[in-house]
Amino acid sequence: MNLRSLTIDAARSAVAEGKTSATELAESYFAKIESDDPKIGAYLMLSKQRALAKASEIDTLVNKGEKLPPLAGVPVGIKDVLITKGVRTTAGSKILANYIPPYDCTAVARLESAGAVVLGKLNCDEFAMGSSNENSAYKPVHNPRDLSRVPGGSSGGSAAAVAADMAVATLGSDTGGSIRQPASFCGVIGLKPTYGRVSRYGLIAFASSLDNIGPFAKTAKDTAIMLRTIAGRDPMDSTSAELPVPDYVAELEKPVKGMKIGVAKEYFGEGLEPETRAAIEAAIQKLAKLGCEIVEVSLPHTKYAIPAYYLVATAEASSNLARFDGVRYGHRANSVRSLSDMYRRSRDEGFGAEVKRRIMLGTYALSAGYYDAYYLKAQRVRTLLTNDFIEAFKKVDAIVGPTCPTPAFKLGEKVDDPLAMYLADIYTVTANLAGIPGISIPVGNSKENLPIGMQIFGKHFDEATILRVAHAYETAA
Amino acid sequence: MKVTEKDVTYVADLANLELTEQERTRMVRDLNSILGHVDSLNELDTANVPPMAQVSDRFGLDDSKQGSDRFAYASRDDVREGLRKSLPHDVALANAPDSDGTFFKVPKVIEK
Repeated sequence: MNLRSLTIDAARSAVAEGKTSATELAESYFAKIESDDPKIGAYLMLSKQRALAKASEIDTLVNKGEKLPPLAGVPVGIKDVLITKGVRTTAGSKILANYIPPYDCTAVARLESAGAVVLGKLNCDEFAMGSSNENSAYKPVHNPRDLSRVPGGSSGGSAAAVAADMAVATLGSDTGGSIRQPASFCGVIGLKPTYGRVSRYGLIAFASSLDNIGPFAKTAKDTAIMLRTIAGRDPMDSTSAELPVPDYVAELEKPVKGMKIGVAKEYFGEGLEPETRAAIEAAIQKLAKLGCEIVEVSLPHTKYAIPAYYLVATAEASSNLARFDGVRYGHRANSVRSLSDMYRRSRDEGFGAEVKRRIMLGTYALSAGYYDAYYLKAQRVRTLLTNDFIEAFKKVDAIVGPTCPTPAFKLGEKVDDPLAMYLADIYTVTANLAGIPGISIPVGNSKENLPIGMQIFGKHFDEATILRVAHAYETAA
Repeated sequence: MKVTEKDVTYVADLANLELTEQERTRMVRDLNSILGHVDSLNELDTANVPPMAQVSDRFGLDDSKQGSDRFAYASRDDVREGLRKSLPHDVALANAPDSDGTFFKVPKVIEK
């Protein structure tokens, strides 16, 4: 079976029509991972037993001629910040090196209930903190397009696995761009849903008001199928919205002619590499040819997004990561003198440099005397950034721009300069602060053959529109 | 320099981190670099702008409802759905670095 262009529907049909069995398909993916992943590093752990049990269940349904679920036999990979019952989950951190979760993340459970076969857990930056996957405590991920470059982060393994045909689709998480940026760097599609669209139950928390779970896939249709499967109210997450989930797949075919597409000048300023700019401008022209009306909009507070984001995100992280204390789970330091010594040394030994940096920044921003000046100030600016989008969306149906200012950079290029790494998130953090959905789709390659991604933002809970634009772009001649 | 070595020691203490000498020096440098960039937020007058802590208290709600009724869906109805069972003891303790089968064990808290 050729895994190169295998989509969800093609995989499901092949299983349903008996061209392959779910077990054979899973085995082909495991073989592909064993041969190719040593040079890429996308997987941290394979869940063969669980995958083959699920595949066998699907094969039994096929043999009995029973109705197959929508993702029957489709091999998927899961970012290692989403917990999986009985399958080691590390969040890319040494502090959880031996953690075996007692329950399943809702999004993973929903994929499996729909028939998907979970191949394994995907590499990521430690606790999803990073933009290059170099903060994984286990190993870096290499960009399948150019092994000397980063795949992006933090969901680098999730993007690389799809790009290198080591899964049909994957799940990642996005707190400041961690799905969209690696999708852009690896030349695949990545969707960050609206905050509240997908339950966060079972997602190891980084910044709870910004975290989202979302899919990576090769086509807009596969992305729509994945979202339809994982979206919707979950009583286990009080912030998951009680809103009906549209049939995103059916919505794809609606015309884009006459749709108003916004272009924000703030996303085309200083720092945007000329080649990336040219690719995005060409993509916008293509949307215009499809009958979209291109409208200039303004998001005037964009330049304040990075500082606001890194205060809010680190403040929430410092609180969320307080749970790693060596008592109930995770690493505990040896031969400690006292309880407080145990907390400190366990955390010191278990966390990597970037995680410590963010805990420190967040704790500082929340500490007495600085709370108003930093944390509260950032929350007020968050309101302004959100209002920018609300105003812009009064005039347009979607907003497009670059996902990242440059294509994938080299491994090691930015590791010693955390601020430079943070600044590269300029176009993605805004959607997390405002809570709106965003999707990155491949729109071309640089001279060095590196993928360039275009980002499409939508109104709150209007993933259907941005998926429709993505689909129209992808299927246009 | 906004953040001094003394600040780093104080904040590390609040965050239950120890940090090596080398890590502290690096942290002073990194925090100052990041906070220097963060200062640009002071260009904005936000005196009359409300802070935003969450997305879900503003979007995705039924606007026809008022006050706490808008969030009624988020509270669990124990009578209808029943109380969820806790994890069994052995499962809850399975990941503990140290336990006696009933409790998590930690080093002595009170010194004699």
